[in-house]
This record gives sequence, structure tokens and C-alpha cells, in this order.
Amino acid sequence: MLKLEVDHVSKRYWLEREGREAPALIDVSLSVSDGEFMAIVGPSGCGKTSLLNIIAGLLPYEEGSVSIDGRKIQGPGIDRAVVFQHSSLLPWRTIAGNVRYGMELQRRFEKAVMAERTEYFIQLVGLAGFERHFPSELSGGMQQRVNLARALAADPAVLLMDEPFAALDAQTREFMQAELLKIWAKARKTVLFITHQINEAIYLADRVAVMSSRPGRMKDVFQVPFGRPRALHLKREPRFLELEDAIWQLIEEEAKDMHAVVTAD
Amino acid sequence: MKPKQSFYERHEELILGGAAVAVTIAVWQALWSAGKISPLFLSGPSAIAKQFVYGLRRGTLLSDMAYSGTNFAIGFALAVVSGVVLGVILGWYRRARLVFDPFMNALYATPRIAMVPMIIIWFGVGMGSKIFIIFITAFFAILINTVAGVRNIDRDLLRAARAYCASDWQIFTTLALPGSVPFILTGVRQGVALGLIGMVVGEMFGGSQGIGFMVAYGGQTFATDTLFVGVLIVAFSGILLTWLAERLERRFSRWKPER
Repeated sequence: MLKLEVDHVSKRYWLEREGREAPALIDVSLSVSDGEFMAIVGPSGCGKTSLLNIIAGLLPYEEGSVSIDGRKIQGPGIDRAVVFQHSSLLPWRTIAGNVRYGMELQRRFEKAVMAERTEYFIQLVGLAGFERHFPSELSGGMQQRVNLARALAADPAVLLMDEPFAALDAQTREFMQAELLKIWAKARKTVLFITHQINEAIYLADRVAVMSSRPGRMKDVFQVPFGRPRALHLKREPRFLELEDAIWQLIEEEAKDMHAVVTAD
Repeated sequence: MKPKQSFYERHEELILGGAAVAVTIAVWQALWSAGKISPLFLSGPSAIAKQFVYGLRRGTLLSDMAYSGTNFAIGFALAVVSGVVLGVILGWYRRARLVFDPFMNALYATPRIAMVPMIIIWFGVGMGSKIFIIFITAFFAILINTVAGVRNIDRDLLRAARAYCASDWQIFTTLALPGSVPFILTGVRQGVALGLIGMVVGEMFGGSQGIGFMVAYGGQTFATDTLFVGVLIVAFSGILLTWLAERLERRFSRWKPER
């Protein structure tokens, strides 16, 4: 069943300094089915974060449409929640207060239900015991767990993740990826995960969409053939590396082209 | 685990600071007792203490303190309430801010003391003008800090709130207001210091009561000991109130990373 559909979306930016418009996304289409984990990879500047902001309803766009469950989106909605790259936690609220924040703003749940869900999702992301701590007392990885719990607690139809582990150190990132898969196995959400790391995309996702850069176009979509649950050492297996290499080559072509253009300038 | 510290290490600040003050007072007293200091230019610690006790016995000191203190409390409370309320409004509504900006900038740039004669014309030499001077000196620090605090919404937090369908009102109550609290308290702390200046200056310009008057009178009659009693009372009030404001500031920024 189709959950999220991005249909021929184009987006242009106004470049203040050059006094002209530049395309950021051209004719991007994408469909994610119910319960699917979809990743988008692409070099930086390929407009993948713009695409996520459009789907989140935070960014207007010129052409095409984005729909969830067949309904066209109009701005932000309770059917989506975003896990941001920067944890974006309210520094003056405790962990529990932050996890509750999304639900509070959306006004979907009764107070008692909010309290229950807060407790449940704090537990789910492995932060039980930290309810009354402030974000500044937590490590970057723990803050991203709170970020994730806040999004899951809001019970979205589609979970949008914008490079949530990019700011973490390599070891924490690996660990958080494995944790995310465990949590996802329990929460069973439709996920759109944006990253610039190919092996992160493959390890996490059912399908990996590859974007080209400047302007952003959908280049290809790869089916990830590995079953679940996935252990971290999957990343070191030959068939994983083969897929990683195939995607890397697709992006590399692009990067070479770009480099050629830059040198020609 | 904190490493063990000796008694001296734990209280180093207090010991060194206290010793410096004690030595200064001792040297001062020694010079005073030896008659090396003219009572016309500078009093001595023992004379100041004597004058202080004398003032207390006579009851004039307490009534002066009560007079100044009452004025300060009223003027400062008015400054906090109106500074915070107006600051929140101006911080949140851009158009209102644009309308008020020229007046705010002009008044902020003018030393408030320059307005004292005008204020005395409006309110007379009684409590009214004293309270208003304290109000006007403390008000701007609180106002300007509050405006800055309300405007200072973190862009990432704003984006997150928007993504969760926050209304403008929710952004105001959950982001703008709590985020402005540390700014407001900074304004309050600055307002305390400025308000005390207003209190002393206001009483120097007219009237016949209060600590500021006592200082001015002591100066005019070359009663340096009386003058010093007044200055020390104002100094201690300043230290005490600033300390309270700092504690309040820290109490409300528990969530900030420890420095």
C-alpha cells in the first residue's frame, strides 16, 4: 500500500547575490509504501534536505505534489514527524518535557495518554531514568534518542529523518544505526531517511534512492536484498560492499561531472 | 568523585578577599588613629562606625533607610512589571517595535540623570519624583533585555516547532517566553544597579530625607563620617541586591550547561 508519494516535484531558489533563480529540485518523484524504510542518499547540495523540508511541509515548492495516504499535504501536519540533524531540543525542558513537546503542540492526546506515551517512548529509546535530566546533561547520541522519541511519540504516519546521525562520532553513529533498527522493528513506522553516507542508507533501508546534485534529480532506486534483523557486521560482507560500490559509482560519475564543470569555470 | 580539598582551597576566595579588606581597614584605622588623616577630607573606620551607631540610636538612619528603601521598592517593582510587559509586546510584535524604536533609542541614549530636573518639575520634590527617577533609570535595562530575549528564538527550535504544527501562540508560549527568562533576569540585575544610582541622585536633587540626601548633606557640611555611612549603606544594598538577582538568574538557568 502506498503511504507517501512525491509526484514530479520541482523547487527553485532565488539566489540573492546573483540576482537569479536556480533550480534546487527538478522533477523528483518517489513513492514509499506503508511500513517501508526508504533512504535517500546523495552528495551534499543535492537538495535532499530541501526535499525532506518540502515533505515535512516546511518549504513551499513550485510544481508537483506530495501526498500521504492519497491526500495532498498542505503545510506541516500531524501525519508527519521530523527527526532533525541537530537535536533541536528545548534546553529548558527536561527529557520528559521534550518528548512530550511534539504531542503537546499537536494536541492529539489527552494528558494521561501523553504521560503514558512519554514514558513508553523514553523507555523504547533506552533513556529510562533520564526523564528529569536536561538536554545539556546528555551526550549527542542520547540527545538524538530524545529527538527520535519525540517524533515517535507524536505517532506520525510517516517518520522523516534528516541526517540524524551525521553530527555523531563514527562509533556512536554505528551503534545508533543498530538501535534505530531495533526501535523501528517495534514501532513499525514508514520512514524516509536522508543521509550522505551510502553504507548507512543500505544498512538501514529496504530501498535506497540515489539523488544527483545541483539541481537535485532522482537518479536511481536500489532494492536492498538483505533480510532483517541485520547485524552490524553485515556492513563488512562482500555483497553489502558490492551494493555500496554500485551506488558509489553512480554518485562518483556525478561528482566527476560536477568537478569537470567547476574546473571548466 | 571530587578530589579532596583542604579548608583553605575550599574557601580561598573568601579568605583572600576577606584578608585584603581587613588589612585595608586596619591600615586605614591606624593612619586615622595616628592623626595622619584630616577629618575634613576623609573619615576613619572608627568614626564612621560611631556615626552609624549614633544614627541608629537617634532613629534618623532607620527612617532615612526606610524612606529610600520604600521608594526603591516601588520604583523598581514598577520598572520590572512595565519593562517586562512592554518588552514582551515589543519583542513579539514587529510593527509595534518599529513604532516604538525611535523613542526607545533616543531615551536609551540619553543619560536618564539629565531628565531629573524635568521629572522634579512634573512630580515635585516628594516621593513621586524619587520613585519615578528610580523607575526610569531601571526600566530601560529591563525593557531592552526583554525585547532581545523574546526576539532571540533559536532557528532550529522554531523549525522543529513548526514541523509539529505549532501555532504562533504556541511558539510564543513554549519558545519565546521561556527562552527570554535568562535575558529578563539579566535586565533585572542591571536594573538593580541603575535603579540604585537613580535612588541616590534623585534624593540629592531635592527633598530632605533618604540615604542620598544624607550623603549630599554630609558633603555640604563637611561631615565626612555621615557621608561615608550613607555611601556604605548604598554599597551594601547594591551588593546584597545584585547577589539576590544573580541567585535568581542562576535558579532560572539550571538547564544551561555548567561552566
